[in-house]
Parts: sequence; structure tokens; C-alpha cells
Amino acid sequence: MSRPSRASNTTKMIHSLFLINCSGDIFLEKHWKSVVSQSVCDYFFEAQEKAADVENVPPVISTPHHYLISIYRDKLFFVSVIQTEVPPLFVIEFLHRVADTFQDYFGECSEAAIKDNVVIVYELLEEMLDNGFPLATESNILKELIKPPTILRSVVNSITGSSNVGDTLPTGQLSNIPWRRAGVKYTNNEAYFDVVEEIDAIIDKSGSTVFAEIQGVIDACIKLSGMPDLSLSFMNPRLLDDVSFHPCIRFKRWESERVLSFIPPDGNFRLISYRVSSQNLVAIPVYVKHSISFKENSSCGRFDITIGPKQNMGKTIEGITVTVHMPKVVLNMNLTPTQGSYTFDPVTKVLAWDVGKITPQKLPSLKGLVNLQSGAPKPEENPSLNIQFKIQQLAISGLKVNRLDMYGEKYKPFKGVKYVTKAGKFQVRT
Amino acid sequence: MTDSKYFTTTKKGEIFELKAELNSDKKEKKKEAVKKVIASMTVGKDVSALFPDVVNCMQTDNLELKKLVYLYLMNYAKSQPDMAIMAVNTFVKDCEDPNPLIRALAVRTMGCIRVDKITEYLCEPLRKCLKDEDPYVRKTAAVCVAKLHDINAQLVEDQGFLDTLKDLISDSNPMVVANAVAALSEIAESHPSSNLLDLNPQSINKLLTALNECTEWGQIFILDCLANYMPKDDREAQSICERVTPRLSHANSAVVLSAVKVLMKFMEMLSKDLDYYGTLLKKLAPPLVTLLSAEPELQYVALRNINLIVQKRPEILKHEMKVFFVKYNDPIYVKLEKLDIMIRLASQANIAQVLAELKEYATEVDVDFVRKAVRAIGRCAIKVEQSAERCVSTLLDLIQTKVNYVVQEAIVVIKDIFRKYPNKYESVIATLCENLDSLDEPEARAAMIWIVGEYAERIDNADELLESFLEGFHDESTQVQLQLLTAIVKLFLKKPTETQELVQQVLSLATQDSDNPDLRDRGYIYWRLLSTDPVAAKEVVLAEKPLISEETDLIEPTLLDELICYIGTLASVYHKPPSAFVEGGRGVVHKSLPPRTASSESTESPETAPAGAPSGDQPDVIPAQGDLLGDLLNLDLGPPVSAPPLAASSVQMGAVDLLGGGLDSLIGDSNFGAPPAAVTTAAAPARLGAPVSSGLSDLFDLTSGVGTLSGSYVAPKTVWLPAIKAKGLEISGTFTRQVGSISMDLQLTNKALQVMTDFAIQFNRNSFGLAPAAPLQVHAPLSPNQTVELSLPLNTVGSVMKMEPLNNLQVAVKNNIDVFYFSTLYPLHVLFVEDGKMDRQMFLATWKDIPNENEAQFQIRDCPLNTEAASNKLQSSNIFTVAKRSVEGQDMLYQSLKLTNGIWVLAELRIQPGNPSLTLSLKCRAPEVSQHVYQAYETILKN
Repeated sequence: MSRPSRASNTTKMIHSLFLINCSGDIFLEKHWKSVVSQSVCDYFFEAQEKAADVENVPPVISTPHHYLISIYRDKLFFVSVIQTEVPPLFVIEFLHRVADTFQDYFGECSEAAIKDNVVIVYELLEEMLDNGFPLATESNILKELIKPPTILRSVVNSITGSSNVGDTLPTGQLSNIPWRRAGVKYTNNEAYFDVVEEIDAIIDKSGSTVFAEIQGVIDACIKLSGMPDLSLSFMNPRLLDDVSFHPCIRFKRWESERVLSFIPPDGNFRLISYRVSSQNLVAIPVYVKHSISFKENSSCGRFDITIGPKQNMGKTIEGITVTVHMPKVVLNMNLTPTQGSYTFDPVTKVLAWDVGKITPQKLPSLKGLVNLQSGAPKPEENPSLNIQFKIQQLAISGLKVNRLDMYGEKYKPFKGVKYVTKAGKFQVRT
Repeated sequence: MTDSKYFTTTKKGEIFELKAELNSDKKEKKKEAVKKVIASMTVGKDVSALFPDVVNCMQTDNLELKKLVYLYLMNYAKSQPDMAIMAVNTFVKDCEDPNPLIRALAVRTMGCIRVDKITEYLCEPLRKCLKDEDPYVRKTAAVCVAKLHDINAQLVEDQGFLDTLKDLISDSNPMVVANAVAALSEIAESHPSSNLLDLNPQSINKLLTALNECTEWGQIFILDCLANYMPKDDREAQSICERVTPRLSHANSAVVLSAVKVLMKFMEMLSKDLDYYGTLLKKLAPPLVTLLSAEPELQYVALRNINLIVQKRPEILKHEMKVFFVKYNDPIYVKLEKLDIMIRLASQANIAQVLAELKEYATEVDVDFVRKAVRAIGRCAIKVEQSAERCVSTLLDLIQTKVNYVVQEAIVVIKDIFRKYPNKYESVIATLCENLDSLDEPEARAAMIWIVGEYAERIDNADELLESFLEGFHDESTQVQLQLLTAIVKLFLKKPTETQELVQQVLSLATQDSDNPDLRDRGYIYWRLLSTDPVAAKEVVLAEKPLISEETDLIEPTLLDELICYIGTLASVYHKPPSAFVEGGRGVVHKSLPPRTASSESTESPETAPAGAPSGDQPDVIPAQGDLLGDLLNLDLGPPVSAPPLAASSVQMGAVDLLGGGLDSLIGDSNFGAPPAAVTTAAAPARLGAPVSSGLSDLFDLTSGVGTLSGSYVAPKTVWLPAIKAKGLEISGTFTRQVGSISMDLQLTNKALQVMTDFAIQFNRNSFGLAPAAPLQVHAPLSPNQTVELSLPLNTVGSVMKMEPLNNLQVAVKNNIDVFYFSTLYPLHVLFVEDGKMDRQMFLATWKDIPNENEAQFQIRDCPLNTEAASNKLQSSNIFTVAKRSVEGQDMLYQSLKLTNGIWVLAELRIQPGNPSLTLSLKCRAPEVSQHVYQAYETILKN
């Protein structure tokens, strides 16, 4: 029995993509099937208006005939138009991948960069998605298909008439290791790893930890010739029980031996990301003493914060900044820092104190008066303090690389591991 | 030297200038011109006028130029179909190019051009590309089949591309496999009943192998496809789970969530006693938590899904409360979702932390968030009894802040706390009354009025308070008006002497001055009630209220189970099944969780009821928010039983019944004429409770006689083919079996404007060879708005093909307008033949002979029949009792039945007097029919 034929106009995934800047101009559109009118974005603008803050625009918006799934990256909105049921994470992940690719190609993901390279952008988008099926999203495959712009190349191209489109099939595209191209050659072979840990924490008024966890990543910069097969082992792999891997990692080896075994992509990439959540493993390197008070029926308040080291493992804490969103009724602040400098923006009500490093002999503090709008009731909410800091040569979880071995190639590479700990979303409630 | 120069052309004669450049002899100039055209396209300018000039540039060795022209073509071909033909030759030639990149590019682009004339030329190149030696070309061609199917499905089928695509599932290259799966899934979506993705253990194995090797996007396609597979037993489910778990460590969150979907679904089949079940639960938590450290958009989707997962299996994340704590700079949409999950995870163990957090949130800046936080405190009080006191005092603290919206939210939730813990916290009423004036939102006003009415005897000035509301009665919202009416009636019943005037005032306001029917009806009911029998009035109005449930806004269990099958999709974000919102609702199949079927020794757990059926021990849920009207009716008029909300309509009738016939004149007969269907559904669950059902039995008698003739049970007709899908022809029908012959009872309705003639019907091959035994005879032409009823005799000598599900029947109906297709499921009991009674000895021997792994056990719930009645009912549908035995107060019926194709099914039905659940064990040499036989049993016994 034959089936009815039916002409429908549906795409599995992204139907169209609009790029919108902060002032609401649509500066690029790409349609993978039929053209969808720009007016569909009106629903997005409506939601944006309702959200007041750009960061609060909901990522999934339904309109009478479409769904809009968007991300906000680098002050740009990537708004995709969807017509049928799709996994939204699929779309969101893909959009982030598009933004990453722009970043990778143009050094920044900005309106200017995209407009300057609009043809490459278009070629990239076409290469990344076919009828809703992602084709090539790996940076090194894309770079073989479409060469990134360089000043030199565009000059050469314009003289010789050659193009920035590769005309052979990328070698990685179909092999079992799509992330690596063949025939890589370096004179200096090197493999560097950065272990970066960020502490996310919420500290309550009294200084006790409400919530803390470490978000760690190991980023790699690998410039090795040929097809190197690497094994990275740790002194204390037990720390890593919640890990996300780059596809190059052999999961079985990890399960059985707790060794990261992989043929690396060429260049920079994120090898793993991990999360350490058990509370006793998360050290809190700084403490903040604070006293922020507003007097009833008066137009001023007091502000006093001091920062000191806590569990810093004997390392220097540097790059400290404190950001505070003050209540709306705050007109101005008259403060004196013992070190560093501060600014207060009376429009956004953001106080930013650039502290620098902590010297234990003299703890940095910032104190003074807060001017409130006269007549207004004293603010109900207590501002949270957002703390940033950095500790070099330390992975706060205690993670340590044991050794890196290379198989499959004969040369001796340079190897190196760097550790750094930073504050992630580190908030102190007052 | 950037591309922004392409945007700066002179306004005047822009198109003209470009035209000239496109036709330039210099290659370089041409390319630059095409780039300018593309640049204009990117900002939405219409450059379709340049179509012929751009197409002229297509024949070139320069790959970049070729790509740019292709880009342009895809955008504009549809608007210039005739011109697009010019491109065909180049396409066909490019499909033969030695460079695989160009072959793939050509076939890819051709598929994107939705012009019929081009499509015709696409078939040959596509066929070659599907078998190309280069996997890159094959994988591109696989996607192209899906594109082509979208343009012209018939063509794809006629050309046999679907079979080629199916073959590609066994391709040696994992990327080709992934794309073939993706293409087939997309095609299958528009043909829900087709067997395109014929998943069997072999193909599943191929997919699982490809899963490890293909790209992240391919993994998502494969995982989503796996999720549609129904493993045959728990062992297979476990082995698939084991091979999918490594995906939980993938860096791509969409891969992770698709893997979670597969695991959540297949877990359903695993016994909770298995060690592996526990291991799997533990493995699911970390990846879900990790999703929350991603970008906020990803977090949002993850949180919406976690919300479902937490409701289905709270044990997974019960120790992870802290990751849902809100950071002040989270986007608001993330904050609200986190809050929701926090409440769902709240338990005695963590309540202290949760409350401390909620109190913190209640002083934040964002109004929506603060409101929700306040409400959350109330929900905690209701959920965790030990914390109620702390919650109430926290709420009182918040009321002291005098922040208007905080106070109002607090009062709304305190009302719920009063309902949950009556006579415990009334000491706070005084504080609440102080804030009466500041309430300006209907919900808060209604809540406050409810409190005053409910505790009228303890509030000295209750009458004054209520009177103050009455002044602006007509300006209030319906919600407040209804509540005020009820509250004053309550007050009157409690303090009749001082409030007579007040009650008369409100009754006249409600019945005479209002044009809201709900309000008037309620007013009249009270009025009658008070004037005929004040004692009865007191019993009704001041009746004890059912307890409110601990969990509010839980998703209904069957919907939840369906949504679990849609984890990661838009449906999971909206918490609605796709049929509810996907445009046109085309071809949406309802998915359900697999039933738990153990491969052996199925007797070990008594809980083998299929998932999806709400289990009896689930608490009755009364939504605290939501339809307040229904809620109030329930609350105020409900007889003293804990009635579930689905009984609302019948409870209403129960109240009416109590009032006697006096109301007929007021309300009119129409109110009694609730559709019988509604009455039956309300009556069916025994949960309604004895006192009501006995009181209402006279009403239900009406329906019990309908539809049951002697012979097999016949289901009511349902719509098989809605008129919108068949150019105005609506077909509904059902299947019957009477004295040995099967027929299909049809009702054809012409909802179009033209006359329909020349009807004919045909069945696709099906599992039991059902086929029409006579042509479809519609004697006269069917004129618009006319309906005919006819019975089509069926036989079972047609050709046989196994369908999925087994009882699926695909039907084609033709008339003078067109041919229409639909598929329907027939109840298996129409196939139970009359000579299905097995001899006792034979039964015993056969029972022993059929291996134990073929035994399946089911629970039939809410079926309070005695042995005799059950046996009789079943017999009339050709299920025969061979023997009966009583063991330890349980009756065991041994039964047999035979299907038209000679398959015997042996059954043991265990009935325990007083227990409404029956246990059914089925043994059959063809175990795949068991599930359907069980369904037949259930249908027969419950009707």
C-alpha cells in the first residue's frame, strides 16, 4: 500500500538564524530553508522588553508558528527559528559552537568582526549545518575547509585571486578521530596543560559556607607532529568522580585505570572539565568581614568591608576585586580604601573595588559613608558581595598531574603543567 | 581589506552596478560581485533580481565562487523556479566530479532547492551518491533523502531510497550510520505508524557500536533513536543502559541529556532489587548537576528537565539540594526554576537549610522571585510537617516587613497552612487582620476572606470585616465575590443572630444584581439550602474539608510518564506533550514508558503493573492553586469524604441530590444533563467512596445499561479519521465480534460541502490477516452533513505481516475526492474464537509445557468484581474458565482462549475478595500477544 504524499515545510532543526546586537538591530540573517521574515524577531524583542535586563531574556520563546531559541553571548543575541519539536539543548549547544567558531576565526565574537568577515561567516554557517544536521563543528575540520582570515592572506588573495576555501576533503572529517588532521608537523614539539579551578561559593552573613564547589578544567595546548598517543595520569585521580570528557579520551581506559588516554586534537582544546563538590574538599581561600548598615529615617548609611586570607595553602592571593550591586536608593558613596582603588557608578549602582593582592600584615579594607535618597524608606535588601581572586601555582582541590607519556611517535616533546585557582561565582551575603 | 566594504555600495543603481560586475570577464571581479550580493542577502535585502546573472557564474573551477553561487541559489531558487532549471546541468555534472567535496556539495545543494523540476533530476545523482565510495558523500546523500522526502515523499518511496537508507544503518562508517539514523527518524516522524526504523536487537547493536565512534551530534541522533526502542526484557534493557552510561561524561550537554532520557526510560524495566539499578541511580546524579554549571540557557533547559526527573525519581537528586541554591546574579528564569526544584527536594533532613535560603530570597529585589520564595515557604510548611511552625513564624516575620506584595503572598500561603493543619496556628489571625487594608490582589483578598469566614467564631469583628468587603462587591473579581458569598454564609451559620441582614444582602447581591452565572448559581444554592433546611445547610457548608495534598502542582502521573519519554525536547521545556503544541499536531505518537517485564521468575515482585497506570497508593492530589472555582466548590460543597478533583462534577451533582428536587425550577434541567461519558469516568474509579456512589446510584444506572449487549464487549466508537485530515470525511468506528464473526462498525460523516460517492476500503497487511470480507457498501451518495452507519464484515484470511504495535491496522479509504489513510488499534478480544475452551488435562499439560520465561504477570486495578461476575463477563467475550480453585481465601480462575490464527493463551486470574486489584498471569507460546491480551482483559472486566 502506498502512502500519501504530503508536502510539508519543516526542518528538523534550525530553520533560520538572526544575529541581533544590543540596540536591537538585526545585522545578519541566515536561512537554511525558505526565508523567514525578520518580523518573527518582534516576538523576541517583546520578550526582551519584558525582561528589562538583557540577561533575563528567556532562552525559549514560543510564537504562533515558530519557536525562538536564543543565546546571549558577547553582547550579541543568536536567535534561531525552529518550526518543529527539537531538542533545545541541541540548538543551544550548536549556537554556542557557532559563537565559539567566530571567536576562533576572528579573535572576537563581535558585530564588527562578523560584519568585516560576512562572507566567511556565511560560508561557515553553511558548512556547519545542512538541513538541520550539523556537518562540521570541529574547529580543525572547519579550518581545512575554510581558512581563517589573516591580513597576509587577504592581501595575497586579492593579488593572486586565490580563495580562502579549501578544495580538498578535510582529512579528519571521516576518520575515527575526526578531531585531528593528518600530516601535522612542528619543529618544536610541545604539550602544555593548564589546570584551572574555579571556586563557586555562597557564604552567608556569619561567614559560614552555604554552598561551595570547584569547577575545574584542564585545557591543553598540544603542538605535536604526527599521530601522538598520550597518557596523562594523576597523583590523586579519585578526586575526579564527576568528569566531562573531550571526545578524544578513551572512556574505557579511564574507567579501568583512571588514566586519560587520547590522541589529541592539534592546537588548543579543553581536555576535561570536572566538578569537585564534596564540601570538605573545597577550601575557601578568603574571608570578608563586612558591616553595611542603613539608618532608619536618615539619608546615610555605613559601609565597611575587610578582606583577609583563610585557607590559602600558603600562596599569595592576587587579582582581588569586589563588586557590589547597591540598593536603588543609594545615591553615592564616600569611601576610603587602604589599598587599591574603587569606583561607584551612580546609574547602575555598582560599586567596584580593585584590591590587588592581600598582604597578611595589613589587611585591605574599604570603609566610609553611603548617601541615600532623602525621604526614601531604608532599603530592605542586603547587597551581596561578588569576589574575584586568583591564586597561581595551586589547584585548590589538590589535583596533581603525575606524568605524561607519549606513544606512537619517536621524538621527545617539551611538557609542562600550570595550575591556577580563581573565584568563579563567589558570593558573600551581607 | 575586510568584507564590510561589500556593504558600502552607492545607493543609486546598486543592482544595476552589481549586474554589470557579475557579467564581467574578470574572474576576480565576478567573485567580488557575488560576495557583494551575498552580503546584501545577509542583511535581508532582496537581491533576487540578479538571479540569472549569478547563476551564470556557477560554472567555474573556483570552489569558493561555486559555493557562494550555491548559497545564493538555495536562498532564491524557490522564487525563480524557471530560472533555477538553468542550474540543473551544472549540478548533475558536479555530482560526477572526481573531487568528493564537490560531489557532496552538489547533492547537498540540490536537495535544498525546493523546486519540483529540479527534484526530478536529483534522483539519479542521489542514487549514485548514496552508494558513493567516499563516506563523506554517502553521509551527505543520506541527509539529502530526508530533504527530498520532505519535498516529495511519494517520489522517495517509489525510487526505493528508503530501503537504501535503511541499508546505510549497517554502513562501515559511523558518521554515515548516524546521518542515516537522523534522516530515517525525521522521515518516520511524519509517518508515525510506519516501520521505517525497524529496531531489533541486531540493529540496536549496530547503533550502539556507532554511538561510540561518531560525532557528538550523531550521538544525539542515535540516542534519541534508541529511546524509541522497546527492549524485550530487563536484561536487554540493562545491557543497553550499560553501553549508554559512558555518554553521561560527554562534554556536550545535549548528548548528556539524550543519554539521560534513554536511561530514565529503560530503568523503568529494571527491578529495583537489582544492584545495577542502584548503581545507575548513582550515576545519573553527577551529570545532571554538571549541567547546572553550564551557560544559563543550557541551565534553564536542564532545570526544566530536572524538574520532571525529580518528580519521577526523587531519589536521584535527594542529596544535591545545595546545587539548586540561587545565586543573586542568576538570570531570573534560572532562579524561578531552581526554586521550584528546591521545594520538590525539601525534606525533613534538609528543611532547615532550605528555609534559611528561602528567607534570604524573600528579601531580594526581583518581585516575581520574592513572591515565589514566599509561596515556597508555605509549600515547605505543608510538605514537611515538622517545619510548619518555623515556616509560620518566618512568614509572620515577613508580614512585619509590610512590603505589600510580600504580605499578600504570605496571606495566600497561610490560608493553605490553615487547611493542612486545622486548629493549630489560628493565633496568628489577629496579625493577619491588621493587614486587611493593604490587600489589593484578588487572590490575597479571597484568601483573607476565606480565613475570616472559616474562623468567624474566633474573630470578634468578623461581621464588620466581611461587611467592609461587601461595600465594593461589584468591583471585586469573581474569585473574591464567590469567596465572600461563602464566607458570609459560613458566618451566618455560626452566628445566626447578628448576621441575618448581612447574609440577605450578599445573597441578593449575588443572585439579583450579578450577571455572572457561577455566582448566581451558588447564591441560589445557598439561598435554597438556608431556607429549606438550615441543619442540612450547616452540614454541607461547614463540612469537614478534605486535606490538601502535600505536593502542589505535581504533574499528573500519566502525563509525567509521557514527558519522561520526551526528556530533552521542547515538550520537556513546556511540560506538555508534543501533541499539545507542535504546529498542526501532525503525526504525533504518544510515547509511554515500557512496562516492567522480567525475563524470568516474574513472580518475585507483586508490582509488575505496567507503568503509566497511576498506582493506587499515590496520594490524591488536590491542586491548591489553579482552578479556584473548582477548588472552592469542592471545598464548600463536598460531602465529607476525601474526594479527588476528578470527581468534582459528580460531587456537584451529589450536592444537588441532597437538596432534593426543589432546585429544578431554578437551575433548569440542563445542569443535570451532564454527558453520560463524564459520569462514567467519574464513577469508574472506586476512589469516589461508598457514601457518594450509593447516593448517586440512581444517576449512574442510566449509563450502566448503555452499550452492553450480549456478546463480546464493544467499545464506543471513536474518531479514526478526523475531517480536517480527509477533506471533510470523518470516520469513526469500533470493532465487534458476534457469534463468530468480526465486523468493523463504521460511521461516515460528510463534513465537506460536496457530495461524496464511490467509497471503497482496503487494509494493509497486518498481524492477524484481518481483511474486509465484503466491499464497503454505501448505497446512496453521501450528501453534506449526512452520516451513514454501516457494518463491514471482516475475515482473517488476508495476508499477514507483523505490525508494531501488534494490533495496529492501517486502513485506506477512497471516495470520489481522494484516498485517505489512517491507522487504528483493534482490541484483541475480537479475535478470541468461540471454541477457545481447553480441556482440563490439556490445560495442565500445556501450562507446564510452555517455558516459564513466556509467563507475564499483570495487575488489573480498581476492578471490584467477584469471581462469578468476572468469569461471566469474560466468558461472554470468549475467555473460558477451565477450572477454579480457592487457596487461602483467594480464588484462582484458570482460563483459556484461542486467537483466530490458532494461538492459545492460558491464563491464571487471582481474585481476592475485598481487594479491587486482580492479578493476571498469562502464558503463551507467542509471548508478544500477552500485553494485548492483558489489555483485552482489562477492557472487558472494567466495562
